[in-house]
Amino acid sequence: MIEGVSIQMILTFTTLLFFIGLYGFVTRTNLIGMLMSVELMLNSEAINFVAINMYLFPGKLEGGMFSLFILALAAAETALALAIILQVYKRTGSVDVKEVKELKY
Amino acid sequence: MDILTLFVVVPVLTVVALIFTRNLQQARLTALTGFLIQTAMAFHLVWKYLAERKAGNNDIMLFTKDALWFPDWNIHYSIGVDGISVLMIMLTSLIVLAGIFVSWKVDDLPKEFFISLIMLASGVFGFFISLDLFTMFVFYEIAVIPMYLLIGIWGSGPREYAAMKLTLMLMGASALLLVAILGIYFHSSADGNYTFNILEIAQNAHIPVEVQKIFFPLAFIGFGTIGALFPFHTWSPDGHSSAPTAVSMLHAGVLMKLGGYGIFRVAMYLMPQGTQFWTDFFLILAVIGVVYGAYAAIQQTDLKYINAYSSVSHLGLVLFALLMLNKVAWNGAMLQSLSHGFITALFFALIGMIYGRTHTRDVRQMRGLLKIIPFIATAYVIAGLANLGLPGFSGFVAEMNIFMGGFLNNDLYRKILTVLAVSSIVVTAVYILRVVGMMLMGPPKEEHKNLPKVFWYERTAIYILIFFITLIGILPFWWLKIIEPGVENFLKPFI
Amino acid sequence: MTDFGYTLWIPLLPLISFILLGLFNRFFKEPGAGYIGMLSLGISWLLSIYTAWQYFFVWGPAEGKYEPVIPFKMHWITFGENLSIDMGILIDPISVMMIVVVTTVSFLVHIYSRGYMHGDEGFARFYAYLSLFSFSMLSLVLSVNLFQIYIFWELVGVSSFLLIGYYFVKPSAIAAAKKAFIVTRFADFFFLVGILMIGYYAGTLDIETLNNLSFIEKIITENQGIVFMGLSVLTWALILIFIGGAGKSAMFPLHIWLPDAMEGPTPVSALIHAATMVVAGVFLVARLFPLYYHVGDGFALRVVGVVGAFSALFAAVIALTQEDIKRVLAYSTMSQIGYMMMALGVSGFEGHEGLGYMAGMFHLFTHAMFKALLFLAAGVIIHAVHSNLMKDMGGLHKYLPVTSWTFLIAALAISGIPPLAGFYSKDEILHAAFEYSTVMWFVGFFVAGLTAFYMFRLYFRIFHNKKTEYAHPPKEDSKFMTAPLIILAVLTFFVGWVFTPFSQYVTPTREVFHYEIHWTSPLVWGSILIGLAGIGAAYFFYFKPTEYPQKVASAFGAGYKWAKNKFYMDELYMFVTKRIIFDKISRPAAWFDRNIVDGFMDSIGNTTVWISEKIKLIQSGRMQEYAIYFVYGVVILILIFYYYNY
Repeated sequence: MIEGVSIQMILTFTTLLFFIGLYGFVTRTNLIGMLMSVELMLNSEAINFVAINMYLFPGKLEGGMFSLFILALAAAETALALAIILQVYKRTGSVDVKEVKELKY
Repeated sequence: MDILTLFVVVPVLTVVALIFTRNLQQARLTALTGFLIQTAMAFHLVWKYLAERKAGNNDIMLFTKDALWFPDWNIHYSIGVDGISVLMIMLTSLIVLAGIFVSWKVDDLPKEFFISLIMLASGVFGFFISLDLFTMFVFYEIAVIPMYLLIGIWGSGPREYAAMKLTLMLMGASALLLVAILGIYFHSSADGNYTFNILEIAQNAHIPVEVQKIFFPLAFIGFGTIGALFPFHTWSPDGHSSAPTAVSMLHAGVLMKLGGYGIFRVAMYLMPQGTQFWTDFFLILAVIGVVYGAYAAIQQTDLKYINAYSSVSHLGLVLFALLMLNKVAWNGAMLQSLSHGFITALFFALIGMIYGRTHTRDVRQMRGLLKIIPFIATAYVIAGLANLGLPGFSGFVAEMNIFMGGFLNNDLYRKILTVLAVSSIVVTAVYILRVVGMMLMGPPKEEHKNLPKVFWYERTAIYILIFFITLIGILPFWWLKIIEPGVENFLKPFI
Repeated sequence: MTDFGYTLWIPLLPLISFILLGLFNRFFKEPGAGYIGMLSLGISWLLSIYTAWQYFFVWGPAEGKYEPVIPFKMHWITFGENLSIDMGILIDPISVMMIVVVTTVSFLVHIYSRGYMHGDEGFARFYAYLSLFSFSMLSLVLSVNLFQIYIFWELVGVSSFLLIGYYFVKPSAIAAAKKAFIVTRFADFFFLVGILMIGYYAGTLDIETLNNLSFIEKIITENQGIVFMGLSVLTWALILIFIGGAGKSAMFPLHIWLPDAMEGPTPVSALIHAATMVVAGVFLVARLFPLYYHVGDGFALRVVGVVGAFSALFAAVIALTQEDIKRVLAYSTMSQIGYMMMALGVSGFEGHEGLGYMAGMFHLFTHAMFKALLFLAAGVIIHAVHSNLMKDMGGLHKYLPVTSWTFLIAALAISGIPPLAGFYSKDEILHAAFEYSTVMWFVGFFVAGLTAFYMFRLYFRIFHNKKTEYAHPPKEDSKFMTAPLIILAVLTFFVGWVFTPFSQYVTPTREVFHYEIHWTSPLVWGSILIGLAGIGAAYFFYFKPTEYPQKVASAFGAGYKWAKNKFYMDELYMFVTKRIIFDKISRPAAWFDRNIVDGFMDSIGNTTVWISEKIKLIQSGRMQEYAIYFVYGVVILILIFYYYNY
């Protein structure tokens, strides 16, 4: 519970953050940019979990736990994604998503 | 372990052993050993069966065994055999054995080839011993799937197309079949204890007539497709012509028999009223198949196509006989299944041998083979004569039972259809003699003068098959004695 | 009571020889295979003679009637209570006569082939086929069951196929073999349907039961109501069975295979296509004679008689014009078999009425002897001259004296000159025909004249006529070939005498019936005179090279041309099979299958593929597009939930 900050403000902020991430994910062609956008979306959700937990169920811990999970997940995912990106770079010489269409059909 | 389960276990063990083999030599010896054991077991089973019957055991199914493997749906691993399945098992093991001899020199991925072949065979064995509809269906699918690989990988000609067509058509038929099986299941008993067990369903006799009328055609077409029911037979010419020799043998010799066998065991036995309602219609399809297959065969120039259409005609006779619903015709149907199995396997084996030498299957491209490869050519003449129903060979006794059975019906409709079916024997003679005249007789071609003579393994395969063709043809009463109790039991719902 | 169990060996011995020679073909070289065949047939022949002696003289008739004996019988396939296929041996006057005919001719042909096939690479194969044929034919004539007849009927058909196609490198032989098999197979289709009908409507296929008079009475009354086109089913069944017989016996219009069958080696023509297999149709009608006579007031029997008479005339006319000696003999065979059929057709049932039947069977017996002799002699000639055509022959009398004399005896016999075999049987037939109807008698009478004419045309043109210069002087070089000729000539001399067993014991009722020749009757003199007239005309035309044949031929003009081309029957058949069955039925069937039935199945597959082609465009492979679809999906779901909740 933070003085002077209502839950609406936090939710508005995270929503904005989420859609920025989504926009970035859809429009970027650089794989690393896309990865960053995904992180943005994940983080907006993590903030959501913490905020809702604090404002609506102050005595409980589930929200916090979830955001911790998300952090761990995000770390693992980033590692994996970066590894893939590295491989893609090795193969195609670029990190442009348009170059990677072998998995089509 | 009981003797029936062994029939599924031994092929699986053979497959496991095959995985560890390194080259063609080891692979074929392993496969051969496995199937020699299997054949020995099949003969042992025939012997045990006869001993059991002699001891006065009059159960419908002998050597039964039951184990629950999926309680929620009451699916059992339930097995048992009667005379018909015993003979079918024998047929299968002999044909696979002959098939192994014929593929003695398969040089492309031998290990995988034998593995697929034997997987297929184990599915067939499982099908023949199952008494539980669901288990039966599972084994049926096990038998159909390896076919795709066998044709797609080791086939010739447009093999991907043929493999795809065959598998898809049989899968489509399986879909109908599954619907029919579920339909039977959900009407199998009055008190909600639904069962897949054939004998129990037949005993309950609970399926309402209306339901039978809906599900009988599904089951009939489902099984009929693999039994080359007109007009669902078109996978057969393409599939056979692309398949490697041993696979054609096994497929035409055994797999196509699953159709007639399934109709007999499942569709007719469980839905007698539905059968009676639909026979008149399906009889027409069967007769069309018989006559039309024979006429279509006249025009073909590819040996395998000729034989595939001939199979359509001869298996049409099996369906025709089953639809006649009397003992003589059913005896004939079972004999015809056996007989066609051996004869057509012999044909495909010989075609494979001829193709392996001349590298063509076009009858117009060959001449005078009797002079060059006399053993194979003579065997081809024998196969041809057996196929056109010459007395002394198995085709004759089967056909005569079928025709007599067809004619013993009281109504004129069936008599006329029988006469139409009989007329196919003339056409059969035409297409067989056409091939014999064009391909085997006449002055030999220059470029074929130095073809290799027959090898010992080919000779063995030919001898095995011809021996049984003549054995059925000369001693039909011996075989009928095994078949008859089964036929009588399964005819009971119709009397 | 004599035990006839040994008769089982009569067909079994040739079977054993076939199995030996067939399976171990490679191990038998030239003379060995021949001796195995000869030995087995020789023993069979002795056993047959012994059987005949036992049956006719030791066992004897009971109250003037020969009872049938069934020494061996087993159920082969059982269809119902009385309906089954049995395998067995039935001994009665007809079958005894037939086994004697078959073994005699077969044995002599086995001996003859030892010389004729000398040096042929398929020597053992040839003997294997001959043995197979002998086995099948003997089992056929000994059948206890109608279906047993059918089984061996097919087997003799296939042996005939194999032997006609023996020289399988020759295209004409292949075509002839195929034709023979397919035409007879076509006839067998009717035979089989006839058997099925008998099986259903009479309820049994056992020959003894079927020929039982009270049983016939019973089935006639039972099936009275079932009529099709004015004839009862049983009559139809018998007509269908006769079609089967007509196919095998080369009756018009199913005769077309017989002349072509002459492509086979000549001993085969003698054995199969002259003496034994082709008379199977006659045997079949005779076998079921009580049925033929009683069912439907003998309508089916009248059909037999008319077809027989017409074929006799038809074939005799064609025989006048043919150039190939074997073909002349083939048409002569067809004509003589027509004679036998006619004799059966005009026959009554009991006592003197049954004369036609008796005469027909007697003629079968004598004909087998002299026709086999003619063919074997023709074989010697062909072997010596290396040609089948009469134009390559002439003046052979001095080169081939034995052949010439024996041929002359046979030709006189077939022309009906007493005291040779043919005279008695032919005279009996004409007598029976005369009592039946004058038209039938006249046909028979006229054919007798034609027969004498074409036989002597053959004889004079081969052995006399012009002096031909031969590159190698023809000679009779093998004792194996001349010995059978002499034996047959002797037989031809004696067997026709009316007191031999086969002229008086083979009757419809199996009662002994003795026929006296009425030497004072004009009928007898008429038939002798027409024979002499034929011979005289042939002498006039052909003894020396003359212009007359040419002139007569051109006088007949179109008629001669038609006869020479066998009345265009072959062309008609070719039209039906090639143009109608192959082009109009078979080709469309194959096309229909590939394009309509299969096309439909393929189009199901193709439609599925087409739909999937369209759908897969959605999967572009671009990540961002997928993400947008996903977001849209989520938005739509949210809207849906929102709508339903509020």
